[in-house]
Amino acid sequence: MDDKLLIKDIEFKSRLWVGTGKYKDFEETKRAIEASGADVVTVAVRRTNIFDSKSENLLDYIDPKKYKILPNTAGCFTIEDALRYARLARETGISDLVKLEVIGDEKTLFPDACATLQATEILAKEGFIVLPYINDDPVMAQRLVDAGAAAVMPLAAPIGSGLGIRNPYNIKIILEQARVPIIVDAGVGTASDVAVAMELGCDAVLLNTAIAGAKDPIAMADAMKHAVLAGRLAYRAGRIGRKLYATASSPIEGML
Amino acid sequence: MTLTLNGEKKEVQDGLSVAGLLDALKIEPARVAVEVNVAIIKKDSYGSHMLNEGDTVEIVSFVGGG
Repeated sequence: MDDKLLIKDIEFKSRLWVGTGKYKDFEETKRAIEASGADVVTVAVRRTNIFDSKSENLLDYIDPKKYKILPNTAGCFTIEDALRYARLARETGISDLVKLEVIGDEKTLFPDACATLQATEILAKEGFIVLPYINDDPVMAQRLVDAGAAAVMPLAAPIGSGLGIRNPYNIKIILEQARVPIIVDAGVGTASDVAVAMELGCDAVLLNTAIAGAKDPIAMADAMKHAVLAGRLAYRAGRIGRKLYATASSPIEGML
Repeated sequence: MTLTLNGEKKEVQDGLSVAGLLDALKIEPARVAVEVNVAIIKKDSYGSHMLNEGDTVEIVSFVGGG
Protein backbone atom coordinates (compact mmCIF):
# COMPACT_ATOMS: atom_id res chain seq x y z
CA MET A 1 0.00 0.00 0.00
CA ASP A 2 1.57 3.23 -1.14
CA ASP A 3 0.70 5.74 1.54
CA LYS A 4 3.73 7.97 1.88
CA LEU A 5 3.72 11.32 3.57
CA LEU A 6 5.30 14.07 1.47
CA ILE A 7 6.13 17.57 2.65
CA LYS A 8 7.54 19.68 -0.17
CA ASP A 9 9.66 16.98 -1.82
CA ILE A 10 10.70 15.26 1.40
CA GLU A 11 9.33 11.77 1.89
CA PHE A 12 8.54 10.64 5.43
CA LYS A 13 8.35 6.97 6.26
CA SER A 14 6.57 7.39 9.54
CA ARG A 15 3.38 9.23 10.41
CA LEU A 16 4.41 9.28 14.03
CA TRP A 17 6.85 12.05 14.85
CA VAL A 18 8.42 12.21 18.27
CA GLY A 19 10.18 14.68 20.52
CA THR A 20 13.41 14.03 22.37
CA GLY A 21 12.71 15.99 25.56
CA LYS A 22 12.08 14.86 29.13
CA TYR A 23 13.72 11.44 28.92
CA LYS A 24 15.76 10.05 31.81
CA ASP A 25 18.89 9.89 29.67
CA PHE A 26 20.04 9.65 26.06
CA GLU A 27 19.94 5.85 26.16
CA GLU A 28 16.23 5.89 27.04
CA THR A 29 15.64 8.55 24.37
CA LYS A 30 17.24 6.33 21.78
CA ARG A 31 15.35 3.19 22.79
CA ALA A 32 11.99 4.98 22.90
CA ILE A 33 12.52 6.50 19.47
CA GLU A 34 13.51 3.15 18.03
CA ALA A 35 10.39 1.56 19.53
CA SER A 36 8.18 4.31 18.11
CA GLY A 37 9.33 3.63 14.55
CA ALA A 38 9.46 7.40 13.94
CA ASP A 39 11.84 8.74 11.33
CA VAL A 40 11.40 12.36 12.41
CA VAL A 41 12.57 13.67 15.74
CA THR A 42 12.24 17.15 17.15
CA VAL A 43 15.11 18.82 18.98
CA ALA A 44 15.63 22.14 20.73
CA VAL A 45 18.46 24.63 20.23
CA ARG A 46 20.33 25.53 23.41
CA ARG A 47 23.73 26.69 24.60
CA THR A 48 26.37 23.98 24.29
CA ASN A 49 27.97 22.85 27.53
CA ILE A 50 31.34 24.42 26.82
CA PHE A 51 32.86 23.82 30.22
CA ASP A 52 32.69 20.05 30.03
CA SER A 53 34.18 18.78 26.77
CA LYS A 54 33.23 15.22 27.74
CA SER A 55 29.50 16.00 27.95
CA GLU A 56 27.55 13.89 25.51
CA ASN A 57 25.66 15.20 22.52
CA LEU A 58 22.11 14.12 21.67
CA LEU A 59 23.25 13.46 18.10
CA ASP A 60 25.64 10.77 19.37
CA TYR A 61 22.46 8.80 20.08
CA ILE A 62 20.14 10.08 17.34
CA ASP A 63 22.00 9.69 14.07
CA PRO A 64 21.03 12.51 11.65
CA LYS A 65 21.70 10.12 8.77
CA LYS A 66 19.00 7.80 10.08
CA TYR A 67 16.49 10.36 11.37
CA LYS A 68 15.16 13.60 9.98
CA ILE A 69 15.99 16.26 12.53
CA LEU A 70 13.25 18.81 13.13
CA PRO A 71 14.61 21.69 15.22
CA ASN A 72 12.05 23.70 17.16
CA THR A 73 11.93 27.26 18.40
CA ALA A 74 10.46 26.22 21.75
CA GLY A 75 10.72 28.80 24.47
CA CYS A 76 10.57 31.75 22.06
CA PHE A 77 8.03 34.44 22.86
CA THR A 78 8.93 36.97 20.15
CA ILE A 79 9.34 36.90 16.38
CA GLU A 80 12.96 38.02 16.77
CA ASP A 81 13.82 35.16 19.10
CA ALA A 82 12.07 32.58 16.94
CA LEU A 83 13.96 33.79 13.86
CA ARG A 84 17.23 33.74 15.78
CA TYR A 85 16.76 30.16 16.97
CA ALA A 86 15.58 28.96 13.56
CA ARG A 87 18.56 30.52 11.81
CA LEU A 88 20.99 29.08 14.35
CA ALA A 89 19.40 25.66 13.92
CA ARG A 90 19.84 25.79 10.17
CA GLU A 91 23.44 26.99 10.50
CA THR A 92 24.40 23.68 12.09
CA GLY A 93 24.00 22.34 8.56
CA ILE A 94 21.89 19.44 9.75
CA SER A 95 18.36 20.51 8.74
CA ASP A 96 16.37 23.12 6.81
CA LEU A 97 13.20 22.10 8.60
CA VAL A 98 11.87 24.18 11.46
CA LYS A 99 9.04 23.49 13.85
CA LEU A 100 8.09 27.09 14.42
CA GLU A 101 6.76 27.92 17.85
CA VAL A 102 6.15 31.46 18.96
CA ILE A 103 4.54 31.20 22.34
CA GLY A 104 2.01 33.78 23.44
CA ASP A 105 1.26 32.74 26.99
CA GLU A 106 3.48 31.14 29.59
CA LYS A 107 0.80 29.20 31.44
CA THR A 108 -1.00 27.59 28.51
CA LEU A 109 1.92 27.72 26.04
CA PHE A 110 -0.66 28.66 23.43
CA PRO A 111 0.92 30.10 20.30
CA ASP A 112 0.96 33.79 19.44
CA ALA A 113 -0.93 33.60 16.15
CA CYS A 114 0.13 37.01 14.78
CA ALA A 115 3.80 36.46 15.57
CA THR A 116 3.71 32.90 14.21
CA LEU A 117 2.23 34.14 10.94
CA GLN A 118 4.85 36.85 10.49
CA ALA A 119 7.73 34.54 11.39
CA THR A 120 6.40 31.88 8.98
CA GLU A 121 6.43 34.36 6.13
CA ILE A 122 9.99 35.52 6.85
CA LEU A 123 11.44 32.03 7.29
CA ALA A 124 9.66 30.61 4.24
CA LYS A 125 11.16 33.42 2.14
CA GLU A 126 14.58 32.49 3.52
CA GLY A 127 14.12 28.96 2.21
CA PHE A 128 13.20 27.20 5.43
CA ILE A 129 10.69 24.37 5.37
CA VAL A 130 8.40 25.91 7.96
CA LEU A 131 6.06 23.80 10.06
CA PRO A 132 4.24 26.18 12.37
CA TYR A 133 2.59 25.11 15.62
CA ILE A 134 -0.82 26.75 15.98
CA ASN A 135 -4.12 26.57 17.75
CA ASP A 136 -6.85 24.43 16.21
CA ASP A 137 -7.93 27.44 14.18
CA PRO A 138 -9.06 26.78 10.58
CA VAL A 139 -8.69 30.40 9.45
CA MET A 140 -5.18 30.63 10.86
CA ALA A 141 -4.27 27.36 9.14
CA GLN A 142 -5.21 28.92 5.79
CA ARG A 143 -3.30 32.11 6.50
CA LEU A 144 -0.19 30.15 7.41
CA VAL A 145 -0.30 28.21 4.15
CA ASP A 146 -0.66 31.51 2.26
CA ALA A 147 2.41 32.74 4.16
CA GLY A 148 4.44 29.74 2.98
CA ALA A 149 4.00 27.05 5.63
CA ALA A 150 4.96 23.63 4.25
CA ALA A 151 2.65 21.89 6.72
CA VAL A 152 0.48 23.11 9.55
CA MET A 153 0.60 21.69 13.06
CA PRO A 154 -2.52 22.38 15.10
CA LEU A 155 -2.42 21.41 18.74
CA ALA A 156 -4.72 18.73 20.13
CA ALA A 157 -4.57 20.38 23.55
CA PRO A 158 -1.97 22.40 25.51
CA ILE A 159 1.60 21.09 25.28
CA GLY A 160 2.21 18.30 27.77
CA SER A 161 -1.40 18.31 29.00
CA GLY A 162 -2.35 14.83 27.77
CA LEU A 163 -5.95 15.97 27.23
CA GLY A 164 -6.22 14.56 23.71
CA ILE A 165 -8.07 16.19 20.84
CA ARG A 166 -10.39 18.69 22.47
CA ASN A 167 -11.97 20.00 19.31
CA PRO A 168 -12.18 17.28 16.67
CA TYR A 169 -14.63 19.39 14.67
CA ASN A 170 -12.11 22.18 14.20
CA ILE A 171 -9.46 19.65 13.22
CA LYS A 172 -11.93 18.22 10.72
CA ILE A 173 -12.54 21.63 9.19
CA ILE A 174 -8.79 22.28 9.01
CA LEU A 175 -8.41 18.94 7.21
CA GLU A 176 -11.22 19.63 4.75
CA GLN A 177 -9.62 22.90 3.72
CA ALA A 178 -6.05 21.59 3.80
CA ARG A 179 -3.69 22.32 0.94
CA VAL A 180 -0.67 21.04 2.88
CA PRO A 181 -0.19 18.13 5.29
CA ILE A 182 -1.79 18.60 8.71
CA ILE A 183 0.10 17.26 11.68
CA VAL A 184 -1.47 17.23 15.11
CA ASP A 185 1.16 18.49 17.50
CA ALA A 186 0.97 18.52 21.27
CA GLY A 187 -1.51 17.53 23.92
CA VAL A 188 -2.12 13.86 23.21
CA GLY A 189 -2.05 11.58 26.23
CA THR A 190 -2.31 8.00 25.09
CA ALA A 191 -2.74 5.69 22.12
CA SER A 192 -6.48 6.32 21.63
CA ASP A 193 -5.85 10.08 21.28
CA VAL A 194 -3.39 9.35 18.50
CA ALA A 195 -5.81 6.95 16.81
CA VAL A 196 -8.55 9.61 16.91
CA ALA A 197 -6.26 12.14 15.22
CA MET A 198 -5.35 9.67 12.50
CA GLU A 199 -8.95 8.50 12.01
CA LEU A 200 -9.96 12.11 11.45
CA GLY A 201 -7.52 12.12 8.53
CA CYS A 202 -4.53 13.93 9.97
CA ASP A 203 -1.35 13.26 8.04
CA ALA A 204 0.79 12.64 11.13
CA VAL A 205 0.96 13.13 14.87
CA LEU A 206 3.84 14.71 16.75
CA LEU A 207 4.18 13.98 20.44
CA ASN A 208 6.75 13.94 23.20
CA THR A 209 5.43 13.93 26.76
CA ALA A 210 2.91 11.14 26.16
CA ILE A 211 5.84 8.78 25.58
CA ALA A 212 8.59 10.33 27.71
CA GLY A 213 6.28 10.81 30.69
CA ALA A 214 4.70 7.34 30.59
CA LYS A 215 5.60 4.86 33.33
CA ASP A 216 7.21 2.70 30.66
CA PRO A 217 8.24 5.01 27.81
CA ILE A 218 9.50 2.20 25.58
CA ALA A 219 6.21 0.29 25.79
CA MET A 220 4.23 3.50 25.23
CA ALA A 221 6.35 4.28 22.16
CA ASP A 222 5.38 0.89 20.79
CA ALA A 223 1.71 1.56 21.60
CA MET A 224 1.86 4.91 19.78
CA LYS A 225 3.40 3.29 16.73
CA HIS A 226 0.48 0.87 16.53
CA ALA A 227 -2.08 3.59 17.22
CA VAL A 228 -0.85 5.66 14.29
CA LEU A 229 -0.92 2.65 11.98
CA ALA A 230 -4.39 1.55 13.18
CA GLY A 231 -5.80 5.06 12.96
CA ARG A 232 -4.43 5.62 9.48
CA LEU A 233 -5.73 2.27 8.24
CA ALA A 234 -9.17 2.95 9.70
CA TYR A 235 -9.23 6.38 8.05
CA ARG A 236 -8.38 4.87 4.68
CA ALA A 237 -10.81 2.00 5.18
CA GLY A 238 -13.67 4.44 5.81
CA ARG A 239 -15.63 4.05 9.01
CA ILE A 240 -19.37 3.32 9.17
CA GLY A 241 -21.79 6.13 9.89
CA ARG A 242 -23.05 6.74 13.43
CA LYS A 243 -26.68 5.76 14.01
CA LEU A 244 -28.93 6.14 17.00
CA TYR A 245 -30.63 2.73 16.73
CA ALA A 246 -29.43 -0.83 16.25
CA THR A 247 -29.06 -2.67 12.95
CA ALA A 248 -28.95 -6.46 13.36
CA SER A 249 -25.82 -8.17 12.14
CA SER A 250 -27.50 -11.59 11.84
CA PRO A 251 -30.25 -12.30 9.26
CA ILE A 252 -33.92 -12.54 10.24
CA GLU A 253 -34.45 -15.02 7.38
CA GLY A 254 -34.18 -18.67 8.46
CA MET A 255 -35.20 -18.03 12.03
CA LEU A 256 -37.49 -20.64 13.63
CA MET B 1 41.27 38.76 26.02
CA THR B 2 37.95 38.39 27.78
CA LEU B 3 34.90 37.09 25.96
CA THR B 4 31.35 36.62 27.12
CA LEU B 5 30.97 33.00 26.20
CA ASN B 6 27.53 31.43 26.50
CA GLY B 7 26.62 34.05 29.06
CA GLU B 8 29.76 33.80 31.18
CA LYS B 9 32.97 35.84 31.16
CA LYS B 10 35.89 33.76 29.98
CA GLU B 11 39.54 34.55 29.53
CA VAL B 12 41.00 33.16 26.29
CA GLN B 13 44.25 33.74 24.46
CA ASP B 14 44.50 36.76 22.16
CA GLY B 15 44.21 36.42 18.40
CA LEU B 16 41.80 33.49 18.34
CA SER B 17 39.52 32.82 15.40
CA VAL B 18 36.14 31.13 15.88
CA ALA B 19 37.76 27.89 14.70
CA GLY B 20 40.58 28.41 17.20
CA LEU B 21 38.11 28.96 20.03
CA LEU B 22 36.14 25.80 19.18
CA ASP B 23 39.38 23.87 19.02
CA ALA B 24 40.50 25.23 22.40
CA LEU B 25 37.14 24.19 23.86
CA LYS B 26 37.36 20.76 22.16
CA ILE B 27 34.04 21.33 20.41
CA GLU B 28 33.31 19.58 17.12
CA PRO B 29 32.37 22.41 14.66
CA ALA B 30 30.05 20.14 12.64
CA ARG B 31 27.41 19.99 15.34
CA VAL B 32 27.23 23.56 16.53
CA ALA B 33 26.21 27.00 15.35
CA VAL B 34 28.06 30.10 16.45
CA GLU B 35 27.00 33.70 16.93
CA VAL B 36 29.38 36.57 17.58
CA ASN B 37 27.71 39.75 18.82
CA VAL B 38 24.32 38.37 17.72
CA ALA B 39 25.46 37.74 14.13
CA ILE B 40 25.64 34.16 12.90
CA ILE B 41 29.07 33.12 11.70
CA LYS B 42 28.93 30.85 8.67
CA LYS B 43 30.86 27.61 9.02
CA ASP B 44 33.21 28.46 6.18
CA SER B 45 34.19 31.67 8.00
CA TYR B 46 35.17 30.01 11.28
CA GLY B 47 38.85 30.11 10.34
CA SER B 48 38.87 33.72 9.14
CA HIS B 49 36.57 35.34 11.70
CA MET B 50 38.86 36.74 14.40
CA LEU B 51 37.52 37.33 17.88
CA ASN B 52 38.07 40.61 19.71
CA GLU B 53 38.19 41.71 23.33
CA GLY B 54 34.68 41.96 24.75
CA ASP B 55 32.95 39.92 22.03
CA THR B 56 29.80 38.09 23.00
CA VAL B 57 29.97 34.57 21.67
CA GLU B 58 27.15 32.03 21.69
CA ILE B 59 27.78 28.40 20.82
CA VAL B 60 24.62 26.34 20.47
CA SER B 61 23.76 22.76 19.63
CA PHE B 62 20.74 20.47 19.65
CA VAL B 63 19.34 19.13 22.90
CA GLY B 64 16.28 17.06 23.71
CA GLY B 65 13.05 18.92 23.02
CA GLY B 66 9.49 18.44 21.83
